[in-house]
Amino acid sequence: MSNPAVEVTVPLANRPERAATAVRRSFSSPIASLLIIVLTVLWTLPTVGLLVTSFRPAGQVAATGWWTVFTHPSLTLSNYHTVLFVGGYGVNNGLLPYLVNSLAITIPGTLFPLIIASMAAYALAWVRFRGSDVIFFGVFALQVVPIQMALIPLLQLYSGGAHLGRVTIFPDLNLTGTYWPVWLSHTMFAMPLAIFLLHNFIAQLPREVMEAATVDGASHFKIFRSIVLPLAAPALASFAIFQFLWVWNDLLVGLTFAGGTPEVAPLIARLNQVSGSFGSHWELLTAGAFISMIVPLIVFFSLQRYFVRGLLAGSVKG
Amino acid sequence: MTAAIFTEPVLGYPTLASPLLADSGLADFAGKFSQVIAALAIFLGALALIFFAAGRATGRFTRPLSIAVFLGPAVLLLFVGLVIPTIRTTYLSLKSDDSARFIGVKNYQWAFTSSPIHQVLVNTVEWIVIAPVLATALGLTVALLVDRLRSQAVYKSLIFMPMAISFVGASIIWKFVYDARDPAHPQIGLLSQVVIALGWHRPPNWILSHPLNNFLLMVILIWTQTGFAMVVLAAAIRAIPEDVVEAARMDGAKGGRLLYYVTLPMIRSTLVVVLTTVMITTLKIFDIVRTMTGGNFGTQVLANEMYSQSFVQFNYGRGSALAVILFVAVLPLVGYNIVQLRRERSTR
Repeated sequence: MSNPAVEVTVPLANRPERAATAVRRSFSSPIASLLIIVLTVLWTLPTVGLLVTSFRPAGQVAATGWWTVFTHPSLTLSNYHTVLFVGGYGVNNGLLPYLVNSLAITIPGTLFPLIIASMAAYALAWVRFRGSDVIFFGVFALQVVPIQMALIPLLQLYSGGAHLGRVTIFPDLNLTGTYWPVWLSHTMFAMPLAIFLLHNFIAQLPREVMEAATVDGASHFKIFRSIVLPLAAPALASFAIFQFLWVWNDLLVGLTFAGGTPEVAPLIARLNQVSGSFGSHWELLTAGAFISMIVPLIVFFSLQRYFVRGLLAGSVKG
Repeated sequence: MTAAIFTEPVLGYPTLASPLLADSGLADFAGKFSQVIAALAIFLGALALIFFAAGRATGRFTRPLSIAVFLGPAVLLLFVGLVIPTIRTTYLSLKSDDSARFIGVKNYQWAFTSSPIHQVLVNTVEWIVIAPVLATALGLTVALLVDRLRSQAVYKSLIFMPMAISFVGASIIWKFVYDARDPAHPQIGLLSQVVIALGWHRPPNWILSHPLNNFLLMVILIWTQTGFAMVVLAAAIRAIPEDVVEAARMDGAKGGRLLYYVTLPMIRSTLVVVLTTVMITTLKIFDIVRTMTGGNFGTQVLANEMYSQSFVQFNYGRGSALAVILFVAVLPLVGYNIVQLRRERSTR
């Protein structure tokens, strides 16, 4: 374990803190502390501006900067009412149906890949067979494919089926206008990273437990259900948070496969559309943006530990 | 479907009064969630059924059957969702925009020689060079300095927070910061206000000023990625073996020398992985440009041009060619990360 690349794979282990502290202490100076504080303020201020503006009356938002609110406080909830239920300025309806769509897209968009990838990860780690290494590296290598490479063919598949010459290989399932294209696409695109992350964790489960279960005559299905899933819960949680935020915040897949209709389009895709129509009506745009941020921010702040763990496992290794 | 993206949907919800809206909202919610529950029930039901049936199988087919059940769905999804589309997009990139006839490499010629695309490629290169380096450098700075502050967790969380915000949300946040008005009137954009207060009395309209606007858009990406770099690099610094640092300190190294001769070499591979990871994100970025300028005012980048060609103008040939170029551009970066992984596996 002398390779630094390996060292970073166990970052959350409780190593002695002194070495790191020593490195940092040698940069100790009030200027450094000031730098961090300034940076944090710079990093936070734009979001504060958005939040404050979303609660200010329209007339004031257009007339004075949001920072004047601290000397002339005047707050309202009407922007949220307008942007959720009413719309206006060329925008036909509120964001509420899109908020519902985002939830409806994100829940299966997280659960589908989670289950399918954990099954594949188990097979690759514990049901060794000829070619399983090839498949594992094939799956991992597929991370190089940008989503952009898949958009046009998938859109054609969803809206017309697949044909080779005149032979129909795959029928037109008439999926447009439903959530299925978005769910399926998110599941497909999540596969390489999900299998890779979960494989790394599941492969490290204790061999004795697995062998004892096999000796007792448990099938792979029983082992997966009653041993792998419970023991892999932390890794599953990390990936689930990651995927949840990814799907919720996604624009590309939503815009391409769900369009902009209130029946299926997610909030982020809609927000991107109305950012032009609302134009200078900042009180509405900021309220809309904040609505889109509430769910991910709650997830982020309450489950930050799992999020960081997933991030480290995925990005440092990948 | 996609043709409707840029037009207002005709199907609207009544915009009259709130009680009515609450009702229609509830019906909308119920209808949509019954779809979700039905989909989940079908998925989990089928899974339970297959597990039950396959779990009872005995004899020499048990093993291949288990492999097929566990691996089959993932492999199928990967083929339908990534492998076949990659081949097909490459094929489409050699055809005309309506996919009717083969035109060889003309789409690629267009991508590398036509003047509007030239700007796109230049912008994309600027993005890849500037944004990842600044995000990584800032992340490293914070990772090195933050631990000496009291309540460092608060600073870390706040710098990390933009990571949870969508690029569209982040773009709206910054679009508001960059809002510019006639200097005679009170400003509502933070940036204009600050520079006027600092004595620049006639600041430009930020978003319209090329080439400055490219950099202002990059700031958004840097804002979201610095926290990522900070978290990963802080973990790498924490993982440096104590004896190494101790030995260096015994030799009298401190401050800049300790950083240059001990810390940086020890986290070098992590540093490079962070850099390449942010570069990959940068290459694929399209949300920021799409929300901020729509690619106007000289800010277009490759990924957004690919989207516009494919799904606004429906030029499937050109769009596919741009996707292939994007693919080839990220290939060495992701390839590097894979080699890192292989090396790591062989040492395990």
